[in-house]
Amino acid sequence: MRVEHDLSRFKQIVRGKIRQNLRKYITHGEMIGRRGGDLVSIPIPQLDVPHFRYGKNGSGGVGQGAGEEGQSVGQGDPESGTGAAGRDPGAHILEVDVSLEELAAILGDELELPRIEPKGKANIEQKKARYSSIRRSGPESLRHFRRTYMQALKRQISSDTYLPERPRIVPIRDDKRYRAWTETDNPQANAVVIYMMDVSGSMTDEQKEIVRTAAFWLDAWLSSQYQGVEKRYIIHDAAAKEVDEHTFYHTRESGGTRISSAYKVCAELVERSFPPSDWNVYCFQFSDGDNWGEDNEKSLELLRDTLLPQMNLFCYGQVESPYGSGEYIRALENGFGEANPKLILAEIENKEAIYPCLKQFLGTGA
Amino acid sequence: MATVSFEPLPADLAAIQNRMEGYARDYGLDFYPTIFELVDADQLNAVAAYGGFPTRYPHWRFGMEYEQLSKGYTYGLQKIYELVINNNPCYAYLMRSNGLVDQKLVMAHVYGHCDFFKNNYWFSQTNRKMMDEMANHGNRVRRYMDRFGVEEVETFIDACLSIEDLIDIHSPFVKRFDDRSRYNFDRAHDEVEEPAPPGRFQSKDYMEPYINPPKALAAEADQLRKDREQEAHFPVDPVRDVMLFVLEYAPLNPWQRDVLSIIRDEAYYFAPQAQTKIMNEGWASYWHSTIMTRQGLDAADLVCYCDHHSGTLASSPNRLNPYKLGIELFRDIEERWNKGCFGKEYDECDDLAAKRDWDTGAGLGRQKIFEVRKIHNDLTFIDEFLTLDFCRQYKLFSFGYNPSSDAYEIESREFPKIKQQLLFNLTNVGRPLISVRDGNYKNRGELYLEHQFNGPELKLNYAQDTLANLHRLWGRPVHIETTFDGVTTVMSFDGSEHKSEKSGEAKT
Repeated sequence: MRVEHDLSRFKQIVRGKIRQNLRKYITHGEMIGRRGGDLVSIPIPQLDVPHFRYGKNGSGGVGQGAGEEGQSVGQGDPESGTGAAGRDPGAHILEVDVSLEELAAILGDELELPRIEPKGKANIEQKKARYSSIRRSGPESLRHFRRTYMQALKRQISSDTYLPERPRIVPIRDDKRYRAWTETDNPQANAVVIYMMDVSGSMTDEQKEIVRTAAFWLDAWLSSQYQGVEKRYIIHDAAAKEVDEHTFYHTRESGGTRISSAYKVCAELVERSFPPSDWNVYCFQFSDGDNWGEDNEKSLELLRDTLLPQMNLFCYGQVESPYGSGEYIRALENGFGEANPKLILAEIENKEAIYPCLKQFLGTGA
Repeated sequence: MATVSFEPLPADLAAIQNRMEGYARDYGLDFYPTIFELVDADQLNAVAAYGGFPTRYPHWRFGMEYEQLSKGYTYGLQKIYELVINNNPCYAYLMRSNGLVDQKLVMAHVYGHCDFFKNNYWFSQTNRKMMDEMANHGNRVRRYMDRFGVEEVETFIDACLSIEDLIDIHSPFVKRFDDRSRYNFDRAHDEVEEPAPPGRFQSKDYMEPYINPPKALAAEADQLRKDREQEAHFPVDPVRDVMLFVLEYAPLNPWQRDVLSIIRDEAYYFAPQAQTKIMNEGWASYWHSTIMTRQGLDAADLVCYCDHHSGTLASSPNRLNPYKLGIELFRDIEERWNKGCFGKEYDECDDLAAKRDWDTGAGLGRQKIFEVRKIHNDLTFIDEFLTLDFCRQYKLFSFGYNPSSDAYEIESREFPKIKQQLLFNLTNVGRPLISVRDGNYKNRGELYLEHQFNGPELKLNYAQDTLANLHRLWGRPVHIETTFDGVTTVMSFDGSEHKSEKSGEAKT
């Protein structure tokens, strides 16, 4: 049917709209809540054809049923006014479903992210066999019955040994067909993303929202680059522990900040479960940078000697808290300078800054 | 390109069709031959997205429509049972997955629609070969796309669609203009004739000031000049059919003109359906219920039928169900005319008890509703037949938007208000009344539209986008005069920026 053509045109247009408004979507965290399985539902304003229409002001209609005067019969639409309330269903903002993969592709295009080259290809390759062809020799257990039969039938008909009244097909060796497999090298790139977040007293909900939003997009991109991305979450104040996703985003502690504690847990985790020889390890750390003074030294040391050598990428995003931005990012700058390509630092003052931060984090293609 | 062809109905459904058609004819319904096509959900959604015409021109909004329909269907939010096309022969699409009882009901319903299409006066000017016409339109647009590029044509269609509702829905029935010949160059515009002197009666000198009073002469001369000016005005009278005006006077390429005329033709074709939604659905529901409950139902069908029927007529507080309102009004009319509850005597009767038990045994009900379906549209239908008693019985109320609570709230249960609100919603199919006042505004070829303000304001962002699209068609700055916050305002778009100028005093 022709509708497929129009549907794909429509989808093209939707992609274009998403691209145009990507910055806005990235900034607003609300979209993440609209996630169901692999699909994200994105509200697209103004995709319909504009007409002269009545606005909300003074619009009304006639309804039916019980109710006192003044009783509400329905909410006003958030942005669009119902044209003729009561006659047509209200003109809602269109929501389109986009798969995470596509979203990541759009993100990649828009931020001009390089495709990630997985490391250690050589030793993590896996051979994969697929039965995709047919051979004339092979073990009997792989004999392709139908093909063999067909061959035999053809041969018998052409050699006039096929009797329709006594249809008996006897394959000879030449007729036999066997399933055959082809081996493909399937580069098995495994990736683990470790999120670390400071949940000390100075991190407010707003900061966590920023972290959550940034993490969502990082996740979307990395998931599109690797098959099956593992995710691990570490929270810390003065002490650190590994938690699940929900806890990660919802915990609020009140202690001080010891970043080294998180590094220690992270190092243990990598050593225990994700040996860098088999895994691409990404680490994203978010904090307001208000580390205990004497802890900085220890943290830097851990980072330099233990963590960085094992990582593909170590990103530190410093979110600005109401108490001002901390010193930790400076300490990192001084400790490593521009020298280490695996370490990326970004300051995220507000939601707007998520967009450039993503580009910084993922722009290296490591 | 042939229309999409579907297989013929299976024998059991064909038998049902025969039965239903027989019943419908016996009741006096009169319709074009009706062809039922059995389609699956996906096909039906696609056909519905195209407004019933699978061969329509390609455009992304059909894809959007389709996606929404099929998503709604997948999630079980809505389901289309059938789709009827006003055409000769009538085409009706049936959903394959409908139960047998559903198919029966739906067929009876379809015959109601077909009868309405054929006999309602508002449909009398529609093209009954629209199936073929639409296919032609589709081919033409596709050809333009091949020649000028999909993007180019599609953007142009977008612009055209923006003004698709600025048509004059009554124009098929009224002669608005004298026929003009395109080859009549007699009246050259630059030759300004002196106005003929006003008529003067013969008189004696001393009677002159009485028989030809100078004041009257001056007034007459003045009027003559005004008439002339008015004639020089372009257009002479405001034109409701903005599409036609643009079509005739905008600087468009031939292919653009053709595309615009295609969209205008289709707008006129669909207009009566929007004008008669309540009546059309009411009429079809009246007949499916009549036919099913009197003859069509087998005992075993009863529960399924009731389930379906009540689902169709279900109403929610903020959405008046046209099926429900229509069928109940038709029944109400039938009952009133059966009992003779109409006319001077009935209206003037003050005795409530007598009125309640009024029954002259007139028995004119059936005849009356057939008459109603012939001559009315929703607006006149409601105006004529919505009564106080009906409002009470069906608990109608009017509601409006309350900005302080951001909600629609019940405003009134008073009959005049309800009726007024309903009539307002139906006037011009619930769209703002807009006409062209000047096609040569400021003598610079700019287009000046006028919104006949009657309460609700235009939706600002939509109005701006529409102006921008109109500008694409007109090629010169476009303006619309409307009212915001009680102040007459002229919104303009000159191709690069939107302006809004308050021109009038605040009206109270």
